[in-house]
Amino acid sequence: MIIAAYLAYIVAAICFIMALRGLSSPETARAGNIYGIVGMVIAIVVTMIAMPQILPEGTQTRYWLIILGILIGAPIGTYIALRIQMTALPQLVAAFHSLVGLAAVFVAIAAFYNPSAYGIGLAGDIAVASLIEMSIGVAIGAITFTGSIVAFAKLQGLVSGNPLVFPMQHPLNAALGIGIVVLVIWMCATNSDVAFWLIVIFALALGFLLIVPIGGADMPVVISMLNSYSGWAAAGIGFTLQNQLLIITGALVGASGAILSYIMCKGMNRSIFNVILGGFGGESVGPSAAGGPRNVKRGSADDAAFIMKNAQSVIVVPGYGMAVAQAQHALREMGDLLKAEGVTVKYAIHPVAGRMPGHMNVLLAEANVPYEDVAELEDINRDFATCDVAYVIGANDVTNPAAKTDPTSSIYGMPILDVEKAKTVLFVKRSLGSGYAGVDNELFFRDNTMMLFGDAKKMTEEIVKNLD
Amino acid sequence: MEPQNIIEASRQLLAEAQALAERAAQLAQEAEAARAVTEAAHAAPVADGGHGLFFVLLLTVFVLACFVGYYVVWRVTPALHSPLMSVTNAVSSVIIVGALIAASPAGGGYGFSAVMGFFGVALASVNIFGGFIVTQRMLQMYKKKK
Repeated sequence: MIIAAYLAYIVAAICFIMALRGLSSPETARAGNIYGIVGMVIAIVVTMIAMPQILPEGTQTRYWLIILGILIGAPIGTYIALRIQMTALPQLVAAFHSLVGLAAVFVAIAAFYNPSAYGIGLAGDIAVASLIEMSIGVAIGAITFTGSIVAFAKLQGLVSGNPLVFPMQHPLNAALGIGIVVLVIWMCATNSDVAFWLIVIFALALGFLLIVPIGGADMPVVISMLNSYSGWAAAGIGFTLQNQLLIITGALVGASGAILSYIMCKGMNRSIFNVILGGFGGESVGPSAAGGPRNVKRGSADDAAFIMKNAQSVIVVPGYGMAVAQAQHALREMGDLLKAEGVTVKYAIHPVAGRMPGHMNVLLAEANVPYEDVAELEDINRDFATCDVAYVIGANDVTNPAAKTDPTSSIYGMPILDVEKAKTVLFVKRSLGSGYAGVDNELFFRDNTMMLFGDAKKMTEEIVKNLD
Repeated sequence: MEPQNIIEASRQLLAEAQALAERAAQLAQEAEAARAVTEAAHAAPVADGGHGLFFVLLLTVFVLACFVGYYVVWRVTPALHSPLMSVTNAVSSVIIVGALIAASPAGGGYGFSAVMGFFGVALASVNIFGGFIVTQRMLQMYKKKK
């Protein structure tokens, strides 16, 4: 029976791999998600059936507590998932990560106080190896929990997205890290539950302190990183419980989050350490002092509609501002009208546009923009040179030519979308403020740029009216 | 009572005593064996947590799974990075397996762990249902448009 259960776990693991594999194309993605669900059902059902064999002999099993837990959790999860606005996706994912982290902490606590259920010794007499694995699982889980809560609060706007920097921050974090290692040694030596709880508390504090100094605009990296952590936490718990399904799944998730973090960091030309150390990327949108008053060309929705209608090709460059203003539906309408006029309309996505990996793609998909029209930076960048109009909506730093020309700029070296090469750049923006990096965008002052001042959604709707 | 009968009775008693002694010896042996078994079962986890070679096997699985994850995730199209995050999030709630094992033993001594397990199950369920449904909602939007 127990052998059958472990064989079924292999099937579940394969299902999870297929779930990720499916995401290589939008056509296979939904089938992939079904694989994921099947894998999860197998994992749960098999564990329930094999429970009498998993637990030490003679232990009474009881299912009502489990069923009660599922009955409480399932409706909440379903309700949230069905009601959530697509623009609120980043904070939803952050919130879900915190749940995985906390669940890992709970499982580790249960394993510490009742190790015999998992066959790893007796309470107060757990093997050193198991204790080490347990402390890794519980520490990463706790860091994921509080870290995700901070990320959630920042994304939801409950706290300011500005980086919170205070003196002695890094020494304090380092001290907490070292403290955790010392506590692990203490726990291994004595099986002390005081040490165990102190590890939990230290790790909770560390998760909080690690994310607090990271600014709102660095959230794509933070979310990916926490995604990765939740996977490593699951793997750590898997080692503790000697359960290969948890180990495999944790490794998959951990690898996935790590790759996404890497892609996001590369999209900003920053090292992961630079992001973790924080202090960069607030949301302050004040007019920058440097440069003094310069001339910009202002335009109206009427002008913009006229220019685009007479263009051959238009490339839309969306950014976080589009998500904030919920302008994606108006944008799609604009695209449809332009297409009806015979204009080619494409969308260019920068890897770090928005607050999570792929954020812009989801919003455009929500607005029914065909995914064939949406291109990634490296696929579309050379098309700007031949396109008539670049319509920049809610993006700023990812278009800033200073990243290529000004070695003193803080965004120097970041890959950007070459919108400045377009014949005309239409820049929808509320004010002349700088972007999150606090860098002036010289694109505003170019001759081929026309600034459309106003709310992204309202401006696009105006243009739609004028196109009709 | 005739001497014949007494002898008979004493013989019977002797036989019975012998049988009893044999049973006792047998029981003692069984008890010893049982004790050895429990001791071995007990000693193994204490000695190395059932680890050693088994740990290396699990580590092998872990490392190979990392490689599988690495190659599979690089093939994910950037347009689907958001669903990737939400589906990996849903999948990582497989940690519910640990919570199930914690929540199910009944009886004394298990109370606190069972409560922890119960909370773990509830949290992971929110995540499983929420994660898969929101992924499905997202992917639904990527359907080919006519």
